[in-house]
Amino acid sequence: MINKTQKLNPKLFDLQIEQEAIRDGFGRGLVTAGETNEQVVALCADLTESTRIEAFAKKFPDRFIQVGVAEQNLVTVASGLATMGKIPFAASYAMFSPGRNWEQIRTTICYNNVPVKIVGAHAGVSVGPDGGTHQAIEDMALMRVLPRMTVVVPADSLEAEKATLALADSGGPAYIRLARNKSAVITTEASPFELGRAEVLFDSDEPAALIIACGQMVYFSLLAAKKLEAEGVAVSVINLHTIKPLDKATVIKYARQAGAVVTVEEHQVAGGMGGAVAEMLAAEAPVPVEFLGIQDQFGQSGEPGELLEHYSLGVKDIIMAVKKVIERKNV
Amino acid sequence: METLTDEKIELLTETANNIRQSIIGSLLEARSGHTAGPLGMSDIFTALYFHILRHDPARPDWPDRDRLVLSNGHICPVYYATLAHAGYFPVAELKTLRRFGSRLQGHPHREFLPYLETSSGPLGSGLSQACGMALADRMDHGLTSDRYIYALLSDGELEEGNTWEAVMLAGKYGLSNLITIIDRNGIQIDGFTKDIMPLEPLAEKFDSFNWHVVEIDGHNFEEIVAAVGEAQAVFGRPTVIIAHTIPGRGVKAFERQYEWHGKPPSEEEGKKALAELRTLNGKIKSEND
Repeated sequence: MINKTQKLNPKLFDLQIEQEAIRDGFGRGLVTAGETNEQVVALCADLTESTRIEAFAKKFPDRFIQVGVAEQNLVTVASGLATMGKIPFAASYAMFSPGRNWEQIRTTICYNNVPVKIVGAHAGVSVGPDGGTHQAIEDMALMRVLPRMTVVVPADSLEAEKATLALADSGGPAYIRLARNKSAVITTEASPFELGRAEVLFDSDEPAALIIACGQMVYFSLLAAKKLEAEGVAVSVINLHTIKPLDKATVIKYARQAGAVVTVEEHQVAGGMGGAVAEMLAAEAPVPVEFLGIQDQFGQSGEPGELLEHYSLGVKDIIMAVKKVIERKNV
Repeated sequence: METLTDEKIELLTETANNIRQSIIGSLLEARSGHTAGPLGMSDIFTALYFHILRHDPARPDWPDRDRLVLSNGHICPVYYATLAHAGYFPVAELKTLRRFGSRLQGHPHREFLPYLETSSGPLGSGLSQACGMALADRMDHGLTSDRYIYALLSDGELEEGNTWEAVMLAGKYGLSNLITIIDRNGIQIDGFTKDIMPLEPLAEKFDSFNWHVVEIDGHNFEEIVAAVGEAQAVFGRPTVIIAHTIPGRGVKAFERQYEWHGKPPSEEEGKKALAELRTLNGKIKSEND
């Protein structure tokens, strides 16, 4: 059942649930962060409107740097700003940043230990018609291998807004992953959010499996949980919005309770959120795990919905994976 | 900047010679590291830390200090030796270069040695970081700021695309608080820059990106100081000082040879080099003198 303390959207299972792009929440959060703290600055590599950094750029033109189509410069200039006390948010598409400038992020931001926030918009296959060149499905892997890097994948626009504000205060390097398409707003203003804390959104006294998801896959996981509940299969669902640092205690507790785990992410299975969970569980609480994500392939053009279905990231795929992992548990 | 007197030039010459000796000494202990670049940049580092920069070794975190970004981190033996001679840490510590637990990492790491403004090694990203610092200074103090950001680049790393992204940006924002010095020594690991990837016409390249360009003899203190003075006076444009240097400068056996880019002297070569530097102590002048 829904965890009431999470104060999720009352229309969660309503077809008319509000839809808003996750990137829109980031844009709002950045303006608020800029109002609260004058050290917050922003940079963009010629994608001001689509990364939603535009509102900040208009409101604080003197604190906005347009670097042009130059992603290596984007993050290294941000590093220089940060060494002078600024808190830079550097935005582009995830495919180009961190896709193109990984070493610069590693050396000048993480190794250098400065609080630059990398904003990777248009991540995942849900980018849609632009096709495989523009669908970053490796970015979480690239970012989570870096020491000191915080990696955040908000589940909806409101969570993206809260995450942006939290990152402005986090004091270290961070990566925030945003999606392009409109997606269900599953949380509310009142929903709790804390960097590094896994949120248990759906709970059960005796769960047969635990679903761990991030990004818009959290919504699909909740839909799957509801359907499974109706079929008499009890599950719990964790929104793992912070991939790194991983909330080990919560994940271990619920994985042990359920005895089986399904991970769901819009990312390559190799190196992604599921990988992070499995690396930890293998050492601390080994249970069977099923991984839903992109299986060593590239994306392609299409509408977000049909692409997610094609890459086995739909509600029915989650239900199948849950049933499969429960069977494995019983072997 | 104070006036550069003949007495000061003599003092700088002596200091640069001592720094060169320290470089050789630390490379001999480390048994790995780069020789040509550090020796070639000794005069410029000396001029910066002993005449040009606004800095205070007693207050390394002084907010109003000038900033210096060493982009080509591999020449750090000269950076470390200069900081030690300037009083940031004991000269004896130079012997720990590249050792486990040393603050003097093989390439500069700010966390190990907090007197550095940034960590560097991978080429091509120092100018961007200096641009970020210059932009931050603009945001905080506007056009009236009298603080300068110095970026030191090698010529070889001008082959990196990242560098030119920064060159465009500095031109766009007219970062006159940014002063870039290029160590134009003509060599890189694999050979002479003209063979690996020709950079000329270099001055014209920067000029066409809306920079102010000065070319100097990078071993002549008067020219170094005059060029920086000119750069500080230029308004609305960033300045690049193309400093022509001799790689390995000060030790005849190492001079002008790209083979000395990335290796340390042997015990014997080092001894000879130290003897050569000591006998010339106080007598080294620019090629043009």
